[in-house]
Amino acid sequence: MSIVIIKPGLFSTIQDEGRKGFQHLGINPNGAMDIRAMQMANTLVLNDVSEAVLEFYFPAPVLQFTQPAFIALGGADFSAETNGTDIPINQPVFIPANTIIQFTSKKWGQVGYLSVQGGFDLSEWLNSYSTNVKAAAGGFEGNILKAGDTIDLRFNASNKTTNKEYSTMPWKASSKEFYHSNPLQFIPGHEFAKLTETSQTLLLSAEFSILRQSDRMGYRLNGPALELSEKKEIISTAVTKGTIQLLPNGQCIVLMADHQTTGGYPRIGHIISADLPTLAQKGINDSIYFTTTTIEQAEKLFIGQEQHLHLLTNACKLQLDAYHRH
Amino acid sequence: MNVSNLNIYPLGDQALTLQLSDQIDASVNQQVMHIFHHLQNHPIKAVTDIIPAYSSITIVYDLAQIGLQHRFSSSFEWIKATIIQHIESINASNLIGRHIKIPACYDVSLGLDLIELAQHNQLSVEEVIHKHTSQTYQVYMIGFLPGFPYMAAVDPSIQMNRRAVPRQIVPKGSVGIAGAQTGIYPLDSPGGWQIIGQTPLNLFDISKENPCLLSPGDRVEFYTVSLEEFWEIRKAITA
Repeated sequence: MSIVIIKPGLFSTIQDEGRKGFQHLGINPNGAMDIRAMQMANTLVLNDVSEAVLEFYFPAPVLQFTQPAFIALGGADFSAETNGTDIPINQPVFIPANTIIQFTSKKWGQVGYLSVQGGFDLSEWLNSYSTNVKAAAGGFEGNILKAGDTIDLRFNASNKTTNKEYSTMPWKASSKEFYHSNPLQFIPGHEFAKLTETSQTLLLSAEFSILRQSDRMGYRLNGPALELSEKKEIISTAVTKGTIQLLPNGQCIVLMADHQTTGGYPRIGHIISADLPTLAQKGINDSIYFTTTTIEQAEKLFIGQEQHLHLLTNACKLQLDAYHRH
Repeated sequence: MNVSNLNIYPLGDQALTLQLSDQIDASVNQQVMHIFHHLQNHPIKAVTDIIPAYSSITIVYDLAQIGLQHRFSSSFEWIKATIIQHIESINASNLIGRHIKIPACYDVSLGLDLIELAQHNQLSVEEVIHKHTSQTYQVYMIGFLPGFPYMAAVDPSIQMNRRAVPRQIVPKGSVGIAGAQTGIYPLDSPGGWQIIGQTPLNLFDISKENPCLLSPGDRVEFYTVSLEEFWEIRKAITA
């Protein structure tokens, strides 16, 4: 009993919150690009927030479920449908056996998630289900999904319900808390002060756009060339998701989920965790503005998102209880 | 350990970096390794990763797990204070890390840049091999690829900068030189280091519980094997 990948889509992988504890060995964390969307999709089907989900871009995959399941879609809205019926995002749905799900158009965002109640029946690699394509490990066979791949599910929804037809559950979530428009907030990096005054001003005022060469490793930006006041070689140190590195040509790259563990380019800033979902949902040619913030403010926003997620988890539990009593 | 010369700065809102110096130096890296080992053996709440580098160490933490710390203005300040306390308690004395011998075949069919590097340094190929195998290297850090060791210091007489144009594919196991550093590619990968040989060993193996052969702080010595021995060892490993 499983999901069969009919069409693989552009870059579909299994991801969770990421592989923690192995960066000292050069093993990058991977994990969902938009952690909040992944957590919310899990919460909606009463999974643990860290359960593995399917992550996809547009064109998105075509999927066939060989068994009934409770699922939720989150993150990007790619106009999901089954048999001519629209499937909402941020709302759990019951799908009967042999449902085929496809995504017809890009309405909002870049990266979508599908959670299944009970999760996928896969094995962890180094304590995580996230796909590490470079190491060919984790996720489903360590790779992006291909046509014909069959992912087993842990849980058979037919044991839990007498339902035989597609139906939406009577609860949904708002993802507004996790996204906002420009500017993106960053904490100045160790080499921010080494930018010339003009470059500092440009970074905080100019428009940047996302280049085509962007992927899960990093978002390459196009903007005014930034300069350092002294060209001193930097010794490699650790970098992290959200780090804005200054490349030798004066352009910036923002490191994302598949970033290398270390790097030797100047770190001019770090996008705050609370703004990474917003960045993850931006696509090629979208414009970006930057502003600085403090660590205190960054933590406050992060905790706010955590609390929102927590409230949502409790609300979903109550809704499920009510649904079963009904 | 004395922390007065430590520069501690946030690396975003869920990591901080402790910088010990802005130079590549064996004794500084030893201090980094002492901190690394201490923090590995004395886990701190919410810390998920400890990443040593040449002259710095980065601690990654999960903000969601820290919770309110009333005496501090932020979780960053709490974790910073906690780490300083730990470091002050470190009694750094003896060398740490394992000593590991790695076979390498320096046949020119595998050492793609060996002849060029010898010519660049006006040495014979044999002299380059001799000098590369006479040194014990310290694994300063692991990065770039899973299990890729940045090791130093290479004898100044066999140093050479990275290739101007990186190769599309450097074969797995390739041993390279970049300036004063020597390294081993654990996977087939694009790369710009000057390749002087290849080890038949697997630096990275996902089927193992500990997938990486080398860890930060290890000391590494190379010894030569013939092309025949190279293939024998590789066959024995893959069998």
